[in-house]
Amino acid sequence: MSLFFSQLFNGLQTGSVFALVALGYSMVYGIILLLNFAHGDIIMVGAYTAFYAMTTFHLHPIFSVVLAILVSTALGVMIEKVAYTPLRQAPRLSLLITAIGISFLLENGAQLLFGADTKSMDPIITGSVTFSGITISYAAMMTIVVSIVVMLLLTLLVQKTRLGKAMRAVSEDMGAAQLMGISLNKTISFTFAVGSALAGIGSILYLCAYPQASPTMGSMLGLKAFVAAVLGGIGSIPGAMIGGFAIGLLEALVSAVGLSVWKDGVVFAILIVVLLVRPTGILGRKVMEKV
Amino acid sequence: MKNNNSGWIRIPMPLRYLINLVLIVAVWFPFTSLMHAGVITNYWTGILIMVGINIILAVSLNVATGYLGQLPLGHAGFMAVGAYTAGIFMKATPAAALIKAGDTAALTPYIIIAIVLSAIVAGIFGLIIGIPALRLRGDYLAIITLGFGEIIRVILTNIDSLLGFDFTYGAAGLKRIPKYSSFTLVFICMVLTCTIIHMMMKSRHGRAILSIRENEIASESSGIQTTYYKTLAFVVSAMFAGVAGCLYAGYLGSLYPSTFKFMKSIEILVMVVLGGMGSMLGSVVSASVLTFLPELLRSVDDLRMVVYSLALVIMMIFRPKGLLGSYDFSMSRVLEKFINWFVGLFRKDRPGKKQKKVSEKAGKGGGKV
Repeated sequence: MSLFFSQLFNGLQTGSVFALVALGYSMVYGIILLLNFAHGDIIMVGAYTAFYAMTTFHLHPIFSVVLAILVSTALGVMIEKVAYTPLRQAPRLSLLITAIGISFLLENGAQLLFGADTKSMDPIITGSVTFSGITISYAAMMTIVVSIVVMLLLTLLVQKTRLGKAMRAVSEDMGAAQLMGISLNKTISFTFAVGSALAGIGSILYLCAYPQASPTMGSMLGLKAFVAAVLGGIGSIPGAMIGGFAIGLLEALVSAVGLSVWKDGVVFAILIVVLLVRPTGILGRKVMEKV
Repeated sequence: MKNNNSGWIRIPMPLRYLINLVLIVAVWFPFTSLMHAGVITNYWTGILIMVGINIILAVSLNVATGYLGQLPLGHAGFMAVGAYTAGIFMKATPAAALIKAGDTAALTPYIIIAIVLSAIVAGIFGLIIGIPALRLRGDYLAIITLGFGEIIRVILTNIDSLLGFDFTYGAAGLKRIPKYSSFTLVFICMVLTCTIIHMMMKSRHGRAILSIRENEIASESSGIQTTYYKTLAFVVSAMFAGVAGCLYAGYLGSLYPSTFKFMKSIEILVMVVLGGMGSMLGSVVSASVLTFLPELLRSVDDLRMVVYSLALVIMMIFRPKGLLGSYDFSMSRVLEKFINWFVGLFRKDRPGKKQKKVSEKAGKGGGKV
């Protein structure tokens, strides 16, 4: 029983990282209908930033965290400006291929700059607490709490502020939103900034769980977060959270029954089943295609 | 030589086939003779074989990407299926002994069976994956094929523990596959792939596939069974990826699931996109260049993938149609142009000149429907 609860908390911990990353996917998809393949690699860049800030430059963890979030945000906005804005009128396929290209550029650029090997560091948060036989690490607790707080803040941002309103309007109907005087460029850049900042926070939480960074760490994490976003219903913020936790718990469950080598396979199988049975995900809206 | 109303001389069909055959032999012959003479070393022969395999991969992916207009991201999965099918089959046959004895005549049937078998098995996988995947479109199709590709790799890695006996040998790799892929074999397969796909695309079925790319709803309302043709294109694409996998297995002699990662699918996609989606010549040229270039740039190997990805992004921003767009090369057309230009020099009324444009358009038709 205690093993079950430990696994449950492990699942919640990875799940909240997935959820944060999935939110970034979902927001960007909601607004410009682009699968931002580079999103996972923004996490990688964030993780490297935090890693070097803490190990090479011996910055205080708080500063390192802020730095990582800032770098991720700047990178996300820069990618949007350089690669996606010129293609806003182009076919969706071109945009998708560009995103894949950016993702590979980041991965291989990191490999060139930082080397292909995995860089390990000391855990940021150590120690654990035991409640009646169930051991929970402080890292897991902090991860879950931080992600829930961030999600609440995000919901407030999207529902209550003017920028959030603009974001919702643009994702509803880009043309009409523009006619109402909403600046498309500003809103889309803001969405990328928020999504990338979430990726930055995700990268820190990931470092808490697995204190290491490698150039390809973002691709699998990104893919799984994407699966989470699709599972919850892409374009929907609560959907991304549900999807993230669901995938995290599922992975923990599969590992708990001793099938951890099949973990990736199960995640993708879930993706396929969801896409076939309910392509819009748990909370997604159905979109009719017009001629 | 036929002379139609406009005075534009056209080369009749059987002659066109002959021209192509001559062209193919003209490409093949120098390479083989240089290989026999030892001018092309084993190392470069290997690279030429890889060029051929990559051409098959790129041309086959082009069917789904360029002609059908979808974006499957699991092409490496089909290649893996073909490669493992051929590898497991060839290991079970006495092919290794035959290669050692140099008995080509006895080996050939095994090779043919291996190629056909891997095409069929990859095709079946294409069908299994295609039917559900093609219900979705655009990004979702890309993602679901990516998922299938990854699942194929996970299964290849872990199936032994489920079966209880050694089948794919997991992450340790399927080793000691007889090395049956020669340059000539790969060249023949490459030519056959290009020919079959070209003929399919020029046929009524190919036109149907192209019409789906242009506008799915419009083509459906014109009575084209879009689901059938989408699946057809997908399965054909998977089958030839299987053939490429079969040749790959026979060239390397050992297979590892990690070879067929998502990365491999993207590499093939880069070849198609850079060459021009929907252009066979584009796929052939970019597959050749992108296989040769890394060998020439061995010293800056780290930069290779960075350059690849940069090229992909820059290409999409500045020339989204790829280097050649949908242009396709036809030797007969070039000859026709030359003949007409030559004839036109000696004619007073210059018939070809005025109406050239109209008849040329009718003759072309090809890539732009």
